[in-house]
Amino acid sequence: MPSWFNTWFNRDGWSKSIIAIPYFWLVFFFLIPFAIVVVMSFAERTATSPPVGFLPDFPYVTFENYGRLVGDWVYIRAYSTSIINAFMATILCLIVGYPMALGITRVNKSWRNILLMLVILPFWTSFLLRVYAWIGLMGSNSWFNKLLTAIVNSVLPADMAFRNIPMMNSNFAVVLVLVYSYLPFMILPLYANLEKLDTTLNEAAMDLGSRPWQVFKDVTLPLSIPGIIAGGLLVFIPASGELVIPSLVGNASDPMIGRVINDEFLTARHWPMASAVAVALLLLLVVPLMAYNHFEAKAQAGGKP
Amino acid sequence: MAESGGSAPFIRIENVTKKFGTFAAVDNVSLDIGKGELFALLGGSGCGKTTLLRMLAGFEMPSAGRIFIDGQDMAGIAPYDRPVNMMFQSYALFPHMSVEKNVGYGLKHERNMTAGDRRDRVKQMLDLVKLTELAGRKPHQLSGGQRQRVALARALARQPKLLLLDEPLGALDKKLREHTQFEIMNIQDRTGITFVVVTHDQEEAMTLASRIAVMDRGVIRQVGTPTSIYEYPASKFVAGFIGSINMFEGKVTAATKGEVEADVPELGGKVLLASDAVAEKGAAITVAVRPEKIAISRARPKGGNAFPGTVKDLGYFGKDSLYRVKMASGTVVSVNSVNAIRVREDQRVAQWEDKVWLSFEPSSALLLTQ
Amino acid sequence: MNRRPIFLITCLCFGFAFFYIPILSMIVFSFNRSRLATVWGGFSTQWYGKLFENDQIINAALLSLKIALISATFATILGTLAGLALARFKKFRGRTLFSGLVTAPLIMPEVITGISMLLLFIMMAEWIGWPGSRGFTTITIAHITFSMTYVATIVQARLSSMDTSVEEAAMDLGSRPWQVLIDVTLPIISPAILSGWLLAFTISLDDVVITNFVTGPGSTTLPILIWSKVRLGVTPDINALATLMIVVVGVGVAIAGVVMHRADARRERDIQMAIAANK
Repeated sequence: MPSWFNTWFNRDGWSKSIIAIPYFWLVFFFLIPFAIVVVMSFAERTATSPPVGFLPDFPYVTFENYGRLVGDWVYIRAYSTSIINAFMATILCLIVGYPMALGITRVNKSWRNILLMLVILPFWTSFLLRVYAWIGLMGSNSWFNKLLTAIVNSVLPADMAFRNIPMMNSNFAVVLVLVYSYLPFMILPLYANLEKLDTTLNEAAMDLGSRPWQVFKDVTLPLSIPGIIAGGLLVFIPASGELVIPSLVGNASDPMIGRVINDEFLTARHWPMASAVAVALLLLLVVPLMAYNHFEAKAQAGGKP
Repeated sequence: MAESGGSAPFIRIENVTKKFGTFAAVDNVSLDIGKGELFALLGGSGCGKTTLLRMLAGFEMPSAGRIFIDGQDMAGIAPYDRPVNMMFQSYALFPHMSVEKNVGYGLKHERNMTAGDRRDRVKQMLDLVKLTELAGRKPHQLSGGQRQRVALARALARQPKLLLLDEPLGALDKKLREHTQFEIMNIQDRTGITFVVVTHDQEEAMTLASRIAVMDRGVIRQVGTPTSIYEYPASKFVAGFIGSINMFEGKVTAATKGEVEADVPELGGKVLLASDAVAEKGAAITVAVRPEKIAISRARPKGGNAFPGTVKDLGYFGKDSLYRVKMASGTVVSVNSVNAIRVREDQRVAQWEDKVWLSFEPSSALLLTQ
Repeated sequence: MNRRPIFLITCLCFGFAFFYIPILSMIVFSFNRSRLATVWGGFSTQWYGKLFENDQIINAALLSLKIALISATFATILGTLAGLALARFKKFRGRTLFSGLVTAPLIMPEVITGISMLLLFIMMAEWIGWPGSRGFTTITIAHITFSMTYVATIVQARLSSMDTSVEEAAMDLGSRPWQVLIDVTLPIISPAILSGWLLAFTISLDDVVITNFVTGPGSTTLPILIWSKVRLGVTPDINALATLMIVVVGVGVAIAGVVMHRADARRERDIQMAIAANK
């Protein structure tokens, strides 16, 4: 190797290359593409190829796409469906996941590792196939649907009995599969949080007269709020932008926002509109993230000993 | 066993055993503790002292045996129903609650207290540990010593019949420790609550406690006042565990009432001991002498129990000095002498490689058989 | 108190039933004789046979593996560099933007990442004539980009929990900073790098949304193939394919678990013996 290279590399070239290589990659393949989307959201659809164009005169950009976003009922409905579905899924994940995460911290060490592996294992199997498994279960001829129908009918009066329960292609199905797919994302941060809690705090509360339920309410629950928020965001953020689940089990006439972006772009070939919807979705997700960052910073500042 | 503190035992531990699997952490322990005592459980790690404490608190249930507190059988009573509070080794302060909330936490469950009563009690407790100005702080804003006092106040707030302290001074630095020791004794004196302290630090146990139980491998080796444990240890284990001590093997050559003469080859001669122990001629015994009870001199002292040796090591600690003297047999004896008068280095009693004489009173030597 | 938390254990049982009943049902129905995927018609292994005769599935699987191997390797290199940059260089120009760029793909909805990547490739083709057609290369670039940020996050977390005095010791003994990196830092964080690679590999193998945008005619990965089949309905051969994939992953995870458990146990024993030898 030439000597100037050696000198350069030994002085600060090595550190410069460490920073520069991934930096340029991300700028080129992530930042610039995203900038293109933002710019495109101010363009209009044309009959050319690619089907995008800017206005011929000043100001060259149009806000028409964003205007449609707040004016057209379809988009408002899609946004609210997304938020409601993602929020329901997050709450259900919390209700199902919290006792599971807490339960895992209460078993002995070898069981703990097995149970954690069982939580992670579905994550390693194909996401699509896990959605597919539910399609099989929810179909009106499946054993699961028949079992559920029988259970429901046994409590309903005979004249109200169902033949089967229409589960597929509904928001119910979307939420169910969202919960199924994202539950590990709730359990793992919760577990990490709960496992770090000092069990002598529980003993101290009990020593001071608290029964197990009060110990949970006064000690465990308030100390696990960072875990609840982290898990909640890990479920809520990807769930609200989800495309696969609503496309496979959702109701086509009441789509989530991810599906709207996809259809707008690939089917309607209205790239500027798709870009505007995407930018708006991102802005929507930024709000909970900022809240999380704020909370994190506060937690760090008032950090535990 | 030494006399118990009060009249009727306030805490009675009856043949208590605790097994974890096949391992007996506490092995058939019986112990009485009187009302108002400051009692210490002393032992190395894994000796079972903490397990015993946790059984008093109710976090562990005995595998066998019974525990009575104030005449009440504790079997099956959960920690939250016991008139016992504990100060945890890690303090276990609730990180999300202020000092005030921490101290008042246990009072939430006192049904017959009004909100005003609770506030008064918290204030009274904060006064007791001198933390009134810090009432609004969170635990992470406190120093180690302040946290320790919050933990103490929190445990005392419910006015328990029995307060358990798990290594109360373990996390404090040396200077603070001395101060806190006296504060704990002071508080115990003022409240009159029975304190049981677990510690591995013999000095801490000696200064704090009115009585000490020395534990080893799940059993109690000796119970007594600090003086009786230090000056009259019942076994080689206790003698060696509390303070430092020189121990020599010997054989009894003559025994009269109150006096025993033994041949101790390690010291190179006969030793005279004042001892009430019944020793038969020819019996193998251990002679134990604490380093500070041995005198060191250049000239041969008058009287018996004097043995020659050579100074091999010398440690100067300011208020006292430690000599390590090698005897003719090769045994090294530790001698601790107080530097009562100020002298220059070259005027010391002895220097390295000096020939010296060691001597001790017959009453200062201990005769141990186990 | 060592009382069994009965309520929590019940919740665990129901939770794991929820996790595994759909998967078990899928495995059972892969042995179904009937063409109807959800009605039992007797035992048969015919769908597995059909699977191995299906060139389309085999080719898609091979393409997916090829993309996953290449993209995971590049993502690991780039991600490790990014993690190092973030954890070890506290001050450089544009650090805030860089750390934003590393976290953003993690939270960016896949649809948006997919669209922006596709637009980039279309624009590049317009202006510089490359890539002429979308497929293997564009998929690989897209996969590298989003999985390198996962690797960077893992590596950065590991580095910030690492004891830096070891690095200082190496420098004190005469190593130049980049030699310290190679001799000390990288070996210590190698388990994190390995798990980063595994994660990148799995993510690439599993991705459907972004791939769906940046792929072109003729480049069908396995998830894209499954996606197009599943949209048409439930078919028994997908059950068989799913079962095979689950078995492969399950066996892999089990082996990894046993190996790691053994290594842990050995380490534990070594520590015990060292302590005993010291006494």
